[in-house]
Amino acid sequence: MPSSNRWRVVDIVVASVIGVATGLVFLFWNNVGYAWFSAADAVTPGLGGVAVGIWLIGGVLGGLIIRKPGAALYVELLAAIVSALVGNQWGIETIYSGLAQGLGAELVFAAFGYKRFGVLQAVLAGAAAGAAAWTLELFLSGNLQKSAEFLGLYFVTVVLSGAILAGLLGWLVVRALAATGALHRFAAGRDVTERV
Amino acid sequence: MVSSAPRLRFVDRVNPVTRLAALVVLTTPLLLTVDWLSAAVALGIELVLFALAGVTPKLLVARTWPILVSAPIAGLSMLLYGQPEGTEYWSLWLARITDGSIELAVAVTVRVLAIGLPAALLFLRVDPTELADGLAQIAHLPARFVLGALGATRLVGLFVEDWRAMGLSRRARGIGDHGVIRRVATMAFALLVLAIRRGSKLATAMEARGFGSDTPRTWARVSTVGGSDAALLAIAAAVAALSIAVAVWAGTFNPVWS
Amino acid sequence: MSGSTSAVGPVRVEARGWGWRHAGRLRWALDGIDLRIAPGERVLLLGPSGSGKSSLLHALAGVHGGDDEGEERGSLLIDGARAGGARGRAGLVLQDPDSQVILARVGDDVAFGCENLGVPRDETWQRVAEALDAVGLDLPLDHPTSALSGGQKQRLALAGALAMRPGLLLLDEPTANLDPSGVAEVRAAVARVLDRTGATFVVVEHRVDVWVDLVDRVVALGSDGRLLADGPPDEVLERHREALLAAGVWVPGAPLPIERRADAAGSRSAQAILVGEQLAVGRRRGAVVRAGLDVALAEGCSTVLTGPNGVGKSTLALTLGGLLEPLGGRVAASAPLAGRLVPEPIRWRSRDLLTRIGTVFQEPEHQFVASTVRAEVAVAPHALRLSGAEGSARADEVLTRLRLDHLAGANPFTLSGGEQRRLSVAAVLVARPRVIILDEPTFGQDRATWLELVRLLRELVDDGVTLLAVTHDAAFGEVLGDRRLDLVASDDAAASAPTGSAQ
Ligand SMILES: Nc1ncnc2c1ncn2[C@@H]1O[C@H](COP(=O)(O)OP(=O)(O)OP(=O)(O)O)[C@@H](O)[C@H]1O
Ligand SMILES: Nc1ncnc2c1ncn2[C@@H]1O[C@H](COP(=O)(O)OP(=O)(O)OP(=O)(O)O)[C@@H](O)[C@H]1O
Ligand SMILES: [Mg+2]
Ligand SMILES: [Mg+2]
Repeated sequence: MPSSNRWRVVDIVVASVIGVATGLVFLFWNNVGYAWFSAADAVTPGLGGVAVGIWLIGGVLGGLIIRKPGAALYVELLAAIVSALVGNQWGIETIYSGLAQGLGAELVFAAFGYKRFGVLQAVLAGAAAGAAAWTLELFLSGNLQKSAEFLGLYFVTVVLSGAILAGLLGWLVVRALAATGALHRFAAGRDVTERV
Repeated sequence: MVSSAPRLRFVDRVNPVTRLAALVVLTTPLLLTVDWLSAAVALGIELVLFALAGVTPKLLVARTWPILVSAPIAGLSMLLYGQPEGTEYWSLWLARITDGSIELAVAVTVRVLAIGLPAALLFLRVDPTELADGLAQIAHLPARFVLGALGATRLVGLFVEDWRAMGLSRRARGIGDHGVIRRVATMAFALLVLAIRRGSKLATAMEARGFGSDTPRTWARVSTVGGSDAALLAIAAAVAALSIAVAVWAGTFNPVWS
Repeated sequence: MSGSTSAVGPVRVEARGWGWRHAGRLRWALDGIDLRIAPGERVLLLGPSGSGKSSLLHALAGVHGGDDEGEERGSLLIDGARAGGARGRAGLVLQDPDSQVILARVGDDVAFGCENLGVPRDETWQRVAEALDAVGLDLPLDHPTSALSGGQKQRLALAGALAMRPGLLLLDEPTANLDPSGVAEVRAAVARVLDRTGATFVVVEHRVDVWVDLVDRVVALGSDGRLLADGPPDEVLERHREALLAAGVWVPGAPLPIERRADAAGSRSAQAILVGEQLAVGRRRGAVVRAGLDVALAEGCSTVLTGPNGVGKSTLALTLGGLLEPLGGRVAASAPLAGRLVPEPIRWRSRDLLTRIGTVFQEPEHQFVASTVRAEVAVAPHALRLSGAEGSARADEVLTRLRLDHLAGANPFTLSGGEQRRLSVAAVLVARPRVIILDEPTFGQDRATWLELVRLLRELVDDGVTLLAVTHDAAFGEVLGDRRLDLVASDDAAASAPTGSAQ
């Protein structure tokens, strides 16, 4: 458990590394994921939400690894900024989305008092990030102008996708990272290794 | 973030933080409405301004093609599922193409361009160090976070270099023969691991140089704002105001909360 | 403790019964340390690899992190305050030059420490210029830090610490990667700074001779992480000579007992096993570092490659090792080495390379791929599809010989500098390649592991393995320099012709 909630330098630097790296994943997903999103969306209304989860993974990774207040928000936001500044189809909107999605995940970790970081918290954080993304898009993407059926279906898919592609996948990534020993300066990394 | 990018007139003289602010000022109002006119006005003026700054059509396509491709795709979703209104031309299950959805589709397509292009072009050529200096000195964001992020950006900037070095070492260790997919997957993960490890050590190195203590910090590089910055902000505000005003005047203004 | 940091006076250090245990370790890296260092005192810290020298320097610099990263007992005070809170009064150069480049440009990187201490801008740039000059890093301020050689990075890190003008200057093996003239330069630069600022000084270095004239005290740690000896240099080195040697510490003048077989290397017919013809080398296309090189490695001989920092030794070694593509000319293996394969090593598969040419990289961390020491050594046997029993027998053998067996379960990245170096060698030796290329194999080694390593390499060569070692280590050259190549720093020149076997 983190002995204090103040961020150490290593927390800041590693959170930043994860944020920037996640931003690069976004840049890839902005093309591949968006193609999937659009294809799914064209076939059925709202099913495009299935692809959204990957864009929410920053918050889950940040929260699980750093375990400090603000980590989920910081990582997701930084990733969004990287994605926006390198250039994507959403421009400044990306940054607002990052803010909302990060906040969604952050709230879940906060609700558990920054004390529990298991697969349940990860999945809930991913789902909450999805819900936040859905809410923001009502306005930013003009989704309020879409039909109610669309919005209902979209909500379900985005939240599910967040729970799985961000929550579960993020949890698996963190576990794999911990197994490599790369997180040895973090409580998240020491949970899995034995003393030698 | 690409330093080999071509120089732009005027834009390059503006502090990166001001560019970020200008981007917010210019495009946030456009997010509040889904109508083709405000977006079209903004897009038109933007294109002229960027042409004046030296963005050639070739450069435009080279740097913004993902946006150019995805704009019509965003429009398609609106075309099929936008709120139906007026004559219906075609329908299949939940998809309906109507007068209303056609108008929304056009609006969304132009809007994506008007919002996406300035972000890509204003940041065509940004040195992360300069951006960090600006964020800390001008925008007064916490220095620990700004510099931590800057250090991390540099590590990630080494990804290309690391990728090659990792390829060499895997080859030397006898595990370089895997097929492309497996290699790319394991190397991408290994790259993340490497960056995190480097990050952990970098943090120690930064602390060894007195970083993270409570002493107030000075800045060796000055980040300044001046006339050009004010001008860019003014232009951004003017473009935003003009495009919204035109839409309101023409009656197409269609706020997202309606 | 919180005073003006921009003009720090010499610092007093006081440890009482102090100990430190890294998170995740059972053993205390340091324990029962009682040490008083007066302001302005200059200390050389000795000790075998893994004895906790770096850990002690980290603690003095206050960079150990909190309870998350280890346990502390006893007290360690800097000017009467807890060391952890005194960050910034100490300037620390870490052991691994690769990991302490902070910013993207040389000038900015050196200025970073000054900025953190609140030094005014004009003064910062003045200090940057002085520091770069002092360490002999003659590059423009906006030179990218990503394109520096190992030695250049080490100078850069030192410049960054010197520019801080700290009250306590802590150097962790600052010359390990430097060429001989660089060692002299760095030593002179440090001497100048100390004379001017009177700062307290602690340096860790295995090679005593570099610093022994500059320091007025030697402190030695034993392999158990406790103090072994403490006192004026001459006294410690004489009175405790046997104890130091037994612990594996370098003692100047002590002979190096290395046997070599009479019939060995020098007298062999020495066919070339690997040749480079009119070779142009570089890290990537269009960036030629050296061109027109003609080199030949004699079979069953040990060749030593020397040359100043940044001249292209590592690049050449990687090219000969079949890892980098030649940018001109070609590298060809002799028929017995290539066997059924084409002569150009760069076109071999990775697994074929493994038993033919093994390369140990200059930065050990670049080559680690596994999460425990044992798994790291098992990578090659696994790739060669050796049977489980044979694979683990081989792995155990090299781990024992290189004194890593007690760390088999540890993560490679948490090892001490010297341990990492040995592991990277072990991981290559386990595949038993016919040609071994080593980039700075002995840096950071204490005397015991140095001897072990050099003996092992000598034995391999005497048994017919071909060796190429890039090194700045003169003692290594004495023992393993059957042939010598010197890469010189002029534009047109090639490697000089190999000189005959050295004795
Ligand atoms: N971050 C870490 N986590 C866990 N163990 C560590 C860590 N750093 C060092 N150790 C262990 O602590 C012990 C002391 O390491 P340290 O780096 O201080 O040795 P050293 O005397 O500097 O050795 P060398 O001469 O090889 O550099 C070693 O056994 C090492 O494996
Ligand atoms: N990864 C890299 N990318 C680009 N340039 C590099 C890289 N590594 C080294 N260089 C440059 O290539 C040249 C040769 O570097 P190399 O590492 O081969 O030198 P070296 O002789 O091994 O030096 P040292 O003794 O310091 O290790 C140097 O001038 C260096 O600046
Ligand atoms: Mg050490
Ligand atoms: Mg080298």
